[in-house]
Amino acid sequence: MNGTKPKRVYFYGTCLVDLFFPDAGMAGIQLLRRAGVEVVFPDGQTCCGQPAFNCGYFEEARDVARTQVALFPEDLPVILPSGSCAGMMKVHYPELFHGQPDEAKVRAFSARVYELTQFLVDVLDVKLKDLGEPVKVTWHSSCHAVRDLGLKGEPQALIGQLANVELAPLAREYECCGFGGTFAVRHPEISGAMVADKIADATATGASVVLSTDGGCLMNVNGALEAKRSQLKVQHIAEFLWERTRAR
Amino acid sequence: MHAENEVHFRDAAAKALLDPQLRANFRRAMDGLIAKRKAQFPDPRDLQDLRDLSTAIRSRSLLCLPELLEQLEASCAKNGIKVHWAETCEQANELILGLLEARGAKTMVKGKSMVSEEMHLNAFLEKHGIEALESDLGEYIIQQDGETPSHIIMPAIHKNKDQIARQFSQKIKDAKYTEDVDELTAMARKVLREKFLNADAGLSGVNFAVAETGTLCLVENEGNGRMSTHVPPIHIAVMGLEKVVARLEDAAPLYSILTRSATGQAVSTYFNLITGPRGEGEKDGPQEVHLVILDNGRSRIYADPQLRATLRCIRCGACMNHCPVYTRVGGHAYEAIYPGPIGKILTPQMEGVGVRHDLIHGSSLCGACGEVCPVEIPIPEILVRLRREATHEDLGSKVAGKGTGRTATEDWAWRLWAGVIKRPGLYRVATWFATRFGKALPANAPLIKNWTQSRTKPVPARRSLSERMRAEGVPHE
Repeated sequence: MNGTKPKRVYFYGTCLVDLFFPDAGMAGIQLLRRAGVEVVFPDGQTCCGQPAFNCGYFEEARDVARTQVALFPEDLPVILPSGSCAGMMKVHYPELFHGQPDEAKVRAFSARVYELTQFLVDVLDVKLKDLGEPVKVTWHSSCHAVRDLGLKGEPQALIGQLANVELAPLAREYECCGFGGTFAVRHPEISGAMVADKIADATATGASVVLSTDGGCLMNVNGALEAKRSQLKVQHIAEFLWERTRAR
Repeated sequence: MHAENEVHFRDAAAKALLDPQLRANFRRAMDGLIAKRKAQFPDPRDLQDLRDLSTAIRSRSLLCLPELLEQLEASCAKNGIKVHWAETCEQANELILGLLEARGAKTMVKGKSMVSEEMHLNAFLEKHGIEALESDLGEYIIQQDGETPSHIIMPAIHKNKDQIARQFSQKIKDAKYTEDVDELTAMARKVLREKFLNADAGLSGVNFAVAETGTLCLVENEGNGRMSTHVPPIHIAVMGLEKVVARLEDAAPLYSILTRSATGQAVSTYFNLITGPRGEGEKDGPQEVHLVILDNGRSRIYADPQLRATLRCIRCGACMNHCPVYTRVGGHAYEAIYPGPIGKILTPQMEGVGVRHDLIHGSSLCGACGEVCPVEIPIPEILVRLRREATHEDLGSKVAGKGTGRTATEDWAWRLWAGVIKRPGLYRVATWFATRFGKALPANAPLIKNWTQSRTKPVPARRSLSERMRAEGVPHE
């Protein structure tokens, strides 16, 4: 892209956003469109294949991955509202397809993958104007966004642009929330202990909303907060940004 | 079918989680270690440079491991260190017993050695009437209480000061109760001094063995390592066969990143370079030095190009200090010699991936371990590989127990999953049902009940994103 901003991008919803957080997907698309980018949402999207991959079922994961890669034939950036799924497509697809006949094609696809906030900040350099009421929020960094994708503060930078939003960091911002896909059901006690600590940390910040860029983390933290009947809410960062900055 | 004798990490972990004292001890200790390490690496570029260098040194050493081991044996011989080879722990134990019995040794003091834990050497020697006393303070504390290490460099970290105070007052002869750390340490010191002076033999581990010079490097903080290797008439060192490096200058960066990653120390209190027994005319040092080099499954790990990275480990423990699972359940829950992330990849490779299938899955793959590893072992990647090996026996690898964790249920589940997910038409039907009837799923259904033991049941949106896209016509192809 050589510094010039792309005019068209693909949007990949991811299965968790598709099923549980469609508003976050819609918001992500709106943020991109407002930044002057045409958004293409190919029909036939399902899942990136990460659950099977992480469990060692590579053949099944590859079968799924192939059908997804085929949906994005044009040389356009592919934007995901999830650090974990973007990490799967960008970092782990090349591993998964190592030595396969279509490895080159998959690698070319992987090179075009971005997490949403990464794309908004690093490529589009968006400027946000806050139209919302004062609010205090906290940010949960998804492990895969930071460690697989190498996000370096893009979400916090976007939140920082909002004049009426106070960002109260978690004491253990970079500690896993305990989701881990099948880990949450295979090891429910450990996972439960991790998410209990995460919501205690979030509650201690005094924030009213926990933001994240990952459907898995959001589902996990939200479920734990609801079980404790907490007043604290979770929200996908795309939805939060869109709601606060949209013209009313 | 599950592997026979499968060890269930879930059960042990669940039990550990119910112990608030244990959890508080670990959390506090790990927080301290994380902060200390962080203070040692203020500049991320310097850290990365040192990691790159250390990784390169360890990789290069492994690349020519057979040659380096031969060279090490020859160099050691030149220095008067006799090298012994053991393929299994049993062989290593017999070898050491033979050395001790031939010299009529009845008592042995030990510096810290995880390889000797692997061998269960203490129990073996005890059975043969030889006392093996741990002299590292942490090891001394747990040996006294009949426990195993809960951390590879801080073996008694699961206990707090008060617990140790109570234990010493009960187990050390004529000890008075005190919670003063200096006084407690002095109590142990008094016992140990006597033992050092009178022991018939000393045993230690090895942090790095230098092939070129035949030098055994030993990192420690208490001086017990030096006492164990220096005072008794015979010193036996034990090491895993991966511990060799080519040259003395390789040891320096590894030493630096080891102490900084492990305890957050710029240097350790002692760094012993052992180059042989007492020379002619010298007044101290052991009369004999032996080096036992143990395989115990390592050459099988070595044979696999991806899994070989496991052997780069310099045993700093940073992966466990930073692990959100280890921090909460502690080391004993792993029921393994090596706990934490490194143990999670090492133990299944040694004992079999089927037997340890539950442990291999006891990770959220958060990646904190790989991020801090001083020699960049891709622990999450290796975990995924081992998960794959556990359920697939036809991958052409030599992994112990491959395929023995496979179950018909899981197999069927992934096939069904892929069958739906790779067919957008079916997926569309499935999500349509989920959005309309997802609420109706009982919270106590299998798997869902594991989720709902700490959380509410996730409820799908009324319409999926794809459905809304189709209806609202955002530009799509």
